[in-house]
Parts: sequence; C-alpha cells; structure tokens
Amino acid sequence: MIFLRRTAPLVLAFVVGILGIGVFYVPHETAQDLEKNLSLWLRIVFAFSFFLGLVSLMNLHWSRIQQRGGGWGYSLVVYVSFGIMFLFVVYNDGDGPFAPQAAAGGYQWMFLNVHVPCGATMFSILAFFIASAAYRTFRARSPEAAILLVSAVIVMLGRVPIGAFISDLIPTAAQWLMAVPNLAAKRGILLGVSLGVIATSLRIIFGIERAYLGGGEE
Amino acid sequence: MMRFVWQVAAGTFPLLVAIAHPAQAGPALQAPAAIEATDTHSDEGGSITVTWARNANQPQGARYIVEVATAADGLFHRAAEVPLIGALLSDDPAIFGHGDDNQTRHFYHVTSYTAAGAEGPAKIENDRDYHFRVGTTAGEQVFYGYTVQAAAHGNWFNRKKLNNFAMGTIFSIIVLVSIAMARRRDLYIRRIAGLEALDEALGRATEMGRSVLFIHGLSGMDSPSTIASINVLSRVARRTAEYDSDLRVANSDAVVMSVSQEVVKESYLEAGRPDAYSEDSVFMVATDQFSYAAAVEGIMVRDKPAAHILMGYFYAESLLLAETGATTGAIQIAGTDSYTQLPFFITTCDYTLMGEELYAASAYLAREPRLLGSLKGQDIGKAALIALVVIGTILATVDVPFLTHIFTAH
Repeated sequence: MIFLRRTAPLVLAFVVGILGIGVFYVPHETAQDLEKNLSLWLRIVFAFSFFLGLVSLMNLHWSRIQQRGGGWGYSLVVYVSFGIMFLFVVYNDGDGPFAPQAAAGGYQWMFLNVHVPCGATMFSILAFFIASAAYRTFRARSPEAAILLVSAVIVMLGRVPIGAFISDLIPTAAQWLMAVPNLAAKRGILLGVSLGVIATSLRIIFGIERAYLGGGEE
Repeated sequence: MMRFVWQVAAGTFPLLVAIAHPAQAGPALQAPAAIEATDTHSDEGGSITVTWARNANQPQGARYIVEVATAADGLFHRAAEVPLIGALLSDDPAIFGHGDDNQTRHFYHVTSYTAAGAEGPAKIENDRDYHFRVGTTAGEQVFYGYTVQAAAHGNWFNRKKLNNFAMGTIFSIIVLVSIAMARRRDLYIRRIAGLEALDEALGRATEMGRSVLFIHGLSGMDSPSTIASINVLSRVARRTAEYDSDLRVANSDAVVMSVSQEVVKESYLEAGRPDAYSEDSVFMVATDQFSYAAAVEGIMVRDKPAAHILMGYFYAESLLLAETGATTGAIQIAGTDSYTQLPFFITTCDYTLMGEELYAASAYLAREPRLLGSLKGQDIGKAALIALVVIGTILATVDVPFLTHIFTAH
C-alpha cells in the first residue's frame, strides 16, 4: 500500500519528469512521438475527469437545494439550465445525439444569446472594479504611492488624445514608462518565476517536494 | 588529397567559365564555388543544408538555383531559387552561429523538391543519399558548380538549445548542491510576509468559526503555477485539519479538482483527522472564466469565509474575485506568477506572493531543511543572473555582443 501511495508516484514523477526534460532537447522523431503521446494521454485523462467534475458540480448544487441554504434558487437554475442544454444537445437540431453537433439550433442559440451576454456582463463589471481599485491605490499616502499616482496619470493621459494635446512630452513619457521601468519589472518577475519553476521541478523530480502527494514531509 | 583536388576544382571552374565568356559587358556569370551539403543539424530529419561561396562579382539579375537528384547520374530536380543578395549564413545564427565568415557564404535548407511531371513536391527522406548541384543563371543559360552528396538524419540533440541546456544544468547543480548543503547547516531564508500571515489567517478563521476558501487559478494541471498552488493547498489543508477549521476548495478544472481532492484527503490523514475530510469540500465550480468568477463571488458573499487564499494563474477574473472578497472583510492572501494580474492582487489583497514567491511557498511553509536549501539555490541562481544581466548590458553598450549571442534563445 505504501508502495502505491508513495513510492510509485515518486518513481513515476522522476521518470516522466526526466523524459519531459529530455524530449525538449531531443528533436528526433522518436522523442517527438513520445511527447505527442504524453499530450494525448493528458487529453484522455482530462476527458475522464470531466465526468468527475460534472458529478461534483451537480452534487454541490443538489446538496444546496436539499438544505435550502442561502441562494439555493441559483442552484435550481443550474439544474434547469443543464437540463435544457442537455435536451438541446440530444435533439441536435433534429439530427439526433449521434450526428456531429449542428452549427445552428437551440444549443447554439442558448449559448450565443444567454451564456455569451452573461459572460460579457461579468467582464464589463471589471471596469467599475478597476475604477474603485485604482482610487484606493492611487491615494498618495506614501512616497511609493505618490510615484505610482504620478506614473499612472502620465500613462493614462499618454494613451488618450488629450495627453498629446496638453504636451507632446506626455505620450513620449508614457511610452518610456511602459517600455523601460515597467518592462524591466516584468522581466525581473519572469526571471524569478523561471528560476522558481526550475527549482520546483527539481524538487518534484528528485522526490524532495512531496506535498503534491498530500501530507508533505517524509 | 580529395579535399585538395576539390578545392582546386572549386577555384578553377569559375575561372574557366569567365574565360569562356570574355565578350560580355560587366561581370560575367560565374558558377557557384565551394559547394557543400550536410545534414541540417538540430532537427528531426527531412532537411539537408546546401552552402556555397558568396560571389559579389555576378551580373545584375542573376540568381542561384539549387537542384537535387536521387542518384549521381539521375535527373536533377529544382529545389529552390535563391537571390544573389540574402540567404547568407549570418541570416540563420541558430544553425550557423555568429562566425566572422558567415557573411561570405550562401545557404539553403532543402526539405523538398519538385520532380518534373509530379503532382506535388517530394519530401527529403531520412537516411537516403541525395545529390545536389547549385547553378547560377540570369536567364535560360545555367552555369553549374560541381555535384555534392549528403543524407538527412534525425538528430538526437538540438544544438540550438545548447545554451538553454547549459544554463539549466548549471542552475540545477546549484540547487542540488544547496539542498545537499542545507542538510549540514542552517540557512538564512528571507521572511515572506504573505506566508507568515497564512497561519494568522487560518487561526482567525478557526476563532471566528468560519471557513477558509482556497481558490485555484484557471490553468490546468500542466501549468507550473497550478502545481505550486497544489503544494500550498497541501500545507493549508494540513493546518486546517490540525485547527479543526472548515476548508473549501473551488476549482475550474476537473483534473485539478481530482488532484486537490486527493491532496486534501491525504493531508487530513497525515494530520490524524481523516474523519474531518469531506469530498464535497473540494468542488467543481465552472470551467468557463466568468462563470467561475460569478460562482466564486457568490460563495464569498453568501458563505462569508474568514480567509480567501487565491493561488495559481489568473486572468481577468482576478480583480472580480479579489475586489468582491475585499468587500466581505475576509483576510485575502493571493499568489500568482501572472504579472499582468499582480497589480490587481496587490491593490485588493492583504498579502500577495509575487512570482517566484508562489514557488517558494510550499518549501517556506514546510521549513524542511532540504526544501529550504532549494530556495537558497534559487536565490544564488538569481544573483548570478543579475550579475550576467549587468555585465551583458555593459558589454552590449560597448558593442561587444559576445554575451548577448550566448544567451540568445533560438
């Protein structure tokens, strides 16, 4: 049991980890085929796990409906929506469930006229959230916040026509802020992230990091 | 000996061509010289590189043609036409490097040729001998150089990634040595405020009798940031099991959900509280970005968890989640390597793990010497890279591109 729970995953992580690194440097057809197969396995695993995800989702909302907790009506909406979409998929615009999905019909209509506008609405809320977050951040309560405020004002003005109308220097300064200090910070973060990824990979490949197996130490 | 004869022939043939056409005005058309054909390195095969000497003394409008045959005495088929200017070795430093003489030779990677009467181009096959000749033409008449032979092979090492391999190997050695050293002596690791606050957040949730909400990013299990967040989840689950507080884990990916369920279950088992684990505590919310954001926001507002831990790779939903979370009064700790979303987390969360700190989190929380050793190795590698960046900047400024060439990614 310990072998299956501890040793086997560690051996598997080591072998697949080394293979994964190896195929990155080996252009030979054999290595490329192996990489393609590994990606294929990942997709197969995902396809099976999708059903687990669906079961989990329906289970979560079923328990909410049963308990009649706060917002249980939304869980009912999940079930009704799922049922309607499922029926549309099975009907498939009259072609039945075994034919390729039709380009038109109820499923497409529901997706384009209900799901997409809902997503767009959520996305548009972001504008107000950015405004409130910017208001909090740009209050010049410290020297750093003051620098941020000045930089943000320059960049915002530099991106709209009124900035150039006030002074030609504003768009130039905005461009410089984005291309020099901003890009330098981004690359600094990326450098750290890359090293972090390598260190984490090494810890997992050599079995030093075992937290992903649950529990953690030894 | 053969090479000597070949070189003499290469030098003499253009001369003979020039002598044969003495009456033309301007430079005479000359056959290509010093032709070579070799397998293109760093590929899976199917390509042969043909190179020949640059000759600026050709008439205007002239061009090179590259032809291929499957037998020395067979029919030659057109593979490519190459203009007189361009296609120099210096144009493809990934294959030919940065040598001083790269401006003096032309090249063409032959991957296919069109046989007369064939429906489509025929591909170069691996491990088969092909014969090549390069000619110069300005119209109908073609002056050919001599014929060379080569075969394509699948290569076992991508030389274009040699710099990447060397850097990766050096950094790996640094990390492994640091891990080995960490067993023998205590290492100083700088304090990471966001991780120090994790215990405080979990303790607060326990005191208030409210849950802890762990929110995964949108990326799947193949993303390093998700693996790092799973490692953090393991530590968090162990603490919540010890503190007897309620942990809920929201997922947008079915594979991440399955892995998270196993990790949380094992952590509860390790903490001696297997009875406290409920499979429903790690649940699927939605696979779609904004459906996920809406559902998690609903959980935040309705259930009012005492702590929100956002770990992984986030996109535009980051601010929606964090801003909504901030309005509920929960302690918020975020960690991401998505630099476009970091400003939003810094603005709205109490603590933010930036970039590499997400990858250091698990080791930092575990306080296990070997894991801390890897953090030390990470810091040493970072210091070395900063030094190289500074030196490279200075050298590039004084027009010495040596270091820039070494670190160019291909």
